[in-house]
Amino acid sequence: MATDVEETLKRIQAHKGVIGIIVVNAEGIPIRTSLDNSTTVQYANLLTNLTMKARSVVRDIDPQNDLTFLRVRSKKHEILVAPEKDYLLITIQNPSET
Amino acid sequence: MPPKAMGKGKQAGASDISRRRTTRMRDGDDMTDIGDGTENDDWMHSKALVKPDDQLDLSEQQLKEEFTRILTANNPHAPQNIVRYSFKERQYKQISSVDQLAIHFALDGNMLHKDSDEARRQMAKLGMPDAVQSEHAGSEGGEGAGAGAAEGEDQQKEEGKDEGREDAATPAPAAAAGGKKLTNQFNYSERASQTYNNPYRERGTATEPPPRATFSGNVTQWEIFDAYNEDFEKQYQAMKAKQVQKTPSVYLHHHQLIQEKNKEKKVVPGRQAEEKTRKKLTITETQSDDVTRIQNAAQIVERMVNQNTYDDIAQDFKYWDDPSDEYRENEGTLLPLWRFTFEKAKKLAVTSLCWNPKYKDLFAVSFGSYDFMKQGNGMILFYSLKNPSFPEFIYETDSGLMCLDVHPEHPYLVVVGFYDGSVGVFNVERKEPVHRCTAKNGKHTDPVWQVRWQKDDLENNHNFYSISSDGRIVQWTIIKNELIYQDVIQLTLPEAPAEGPDGTKVSTVGCGTAFDFHRSNDYMFLVGTEEGKIHTCSKAYSSQFLDTNLAHNMAVYQVRWNPWHPNIYITCSADWSVKIWEVSDKTTVDTNSENTENVSTRKPLFHFDLNNSVGDVAWAPYSSTVFAAVTADGKVFVYDLNVNKYEPLCEQMVAVKKKTKLTHIEFNPVYPIIIVGDDRGNVTSLKLSPNLKKMPKEKKGQPAMDPAQREALEQAKLDKLLNMVRDPPADVSKAPAATEKK
Repeated sequence: MATDVEETLKRIQAHKGVIGIIVVNAEGIPIRTSLDNSTTVQYANLLTNLTMKARSVVRDIDPQNDLTFLRVRSKKHEILVAPEKDYLLITIQNPSET
Repeated sequence: MPPKAMGKGKQAGASDISRRRTTRMRDGDDMTDIGDGTENDDWMHSKALVKPDDQLDLSEQQLKEEFTRILTANNPHAPQNIVRYSFKERQYKQISSVDQLAIHFALDGNMLHKDSDEARRQMAKLGMPDAVQSEHAGSEGGEGAGAGAAEGEDQQKEEGKDEGREDAATPAPAAAAGGKKLTNQFNYSERASQTYNNPYRERGTATEPPPRATFSGNVTQWEIFDAYNEDFEKQYQAMKAKQVQKTPSVYLHHHQLIQEKNKEKKVVPGRQAEEKTRKKLTITETQSDDVTRIQNAAQIVERMVNQNTYDDIAQDFKYWDDPSDEYRENEGTLLPLWRFTFEKAKKLAVTSLCWNPKYKDLFAVSFGSYDFMKQGNGMILFYSLKNPSFPEFIYETDSGLMCLDVHPEHPYLVVVGFYDGSVGVFNVERKEPVHRCTAKNGKHTDPVWQVRWQKDDLENNHNFYSISSDGRIVQWTIIKNELIYQDVIQLTLPEAPAEGPDGTKVSTVGCGTAFDFHRSNDYMFLVGTEEGKIHTCSKAYSSQFLDTNLAHNMAVYQVRWNPWHPNIYITCSADWSVKIWEVSDKTTVDTNSENTENVSTRKPLFHFDLNNSVGDVAWAPYSSTVFAAVTADGKVFVYDLNVNKYEPLCEQMVAVKKKTKLTHIEFNPVYPIIIVGDDRGNVTSLKLSPNLKKMPKEKKGQPAMDPAQREALEQAKLDKLLNMVRDPPADVSKAPAATEKK
């Protein structure tokens, strides 16, 4: 099981245009990352807050609903956030890379 | 100056005086001047009352009325109802007694009590000059005495002097009796002493502050919902536990449960359904392993990343329709979408494709080898359209796989047929095959070319059919986790048994290569053989065919029933042709297998020559007249009989490299795409252009067609075509029909 997940994460990391991935646990601490420490901590903190807010929005409108994923697309790249229970998987990709 | 004037003046004066007197008297009438005693009568009248003009005229009676006037001590100017706000009673309340004191005159005096401070101060100021003078007189005398003593004895009696001075000084203040101390240089000395003041030290203690934690809470709609859910779960568990113990009261608890469910508006079944619709991954959440928890998220992110990379393809898949199709009526195109490749499968050929009946974006691919000499291992890959770069499930097998089928009701069960003749059943949730038949267990002696799931039998056991080159069609049933086989039919050749080496007769057996079950009459199925024959068979008759059709000159690679019309089927073969047939009315049972007379030599309804060996043919699910075929030269052909009965609407080279043969093709049941497999392990998906996916148009205003209506429509469409093409009845000459075909 763990190896499957590991392989999936490796594949994502190796995918075209992906700059880095971060796995954040329930306490907001990044447990696995492919970026440098300061960037990781920054992304982890900011995105945890944003994800909580987004989930709150979705569930406030309909409590039976839940957030599946969050995409923040900017000029330079796209941040993909997939929440799972309390964990977060953050990926930063540059979608226009050929 | 003139004395005349003076005299006149005097005279005038005298007369004036008398005149003045009279005027004075007249004035005296009004002014009651009693000064002149000579006017006695006049002062009587001077009492006339003066009446103002606006005085009330009252009658005598009214004038005599007595009014009582009470003299009270009340101040008439004092307000009678002063109201104050009472904070105690929070309202305005009238003050009971009002101060009635009226001050008429106040004069501030300037007398002080003599014992007051101010008086003393003043007295001191005033009394001092007096006291000083008197004391000076007294002190001078004292000083003279002191000075005399000082001259005599200087040093020794300094103290005495001081004392003397002090003594002299003390009576002086005593004499002043409470007055100020006299301060002169002779008998005044001031002594001061200061106590030792301890230096101030600040001392404090600070206790360790109690541990503080910031606590904040949010209350939102969903938090309330979650809290209720949790509570409900707990209650449900408790109920369940009770249920296990006390079975008689099951109904009561159940009822209570339902009531609670209604009250709290849970959608527990909704959530369960949500969980079911997730992919069938084993979700074992181990708390300890951090990375495992992220599995679903990882899958989602992988798909998102892929979507980003293949964004343009995804957009095309969803929205793009070839606009040039409007101008080309009889032509269509195939737009290549994703290409699915896998490293380990590069040397293998795609041997079968199957869409998952439940998840419309998931398909299964089996890999093996068609080459007799080069046989290696096989693979099963499950791909999702959402993730074109990596398969969802991977299974490796030791022998090449030839065919694959996904169970319609249980999409996690997959049956495969191996090149070595065995069949296996895979459960997607597990890694190893669930069943694998062995040599003792009915394994075929030749490659299994096709397998197909059937409906569960009467005991709800899963079962499937397989067909192989060894001429057997076998039914396998899974009873209590075991595969049990049963030969259904043997494909016997009608020729005379061949002579064996030692003279024994060896009955030759035909090789089955394909079969297809009728969609509504489950017991009827078609079998295609390597000799090019199509047999119509029934599950009930195990030794005889219902019908035999000499369809092709070479092996039949695929036979398929039309999804809409019950009597039409299509076949494709290595002899470069695709033919469409109709089941003949006379389904006479061929009693004599050696008798070739009854073998129908009918002509196909449609016959297409595709210039190369046709690997696979498939009907489109959305129309009864559309089908597609793939050939060994890498082309895909799409036909729509409604539009053009003789030529394909689309003939497109799909394979990337030359000399790749396309082996299989399948239409997606929902989306307008087809997947094509080739012999290099690639699966390509293509989108059909609008001309190729013409569906019956619904008239505006009418409700959508239900399946029965649609079916009838499709059948009618096909029948119309067929009527033009069918052989007319025997009495009419066949010539016109023949010319029509060309």
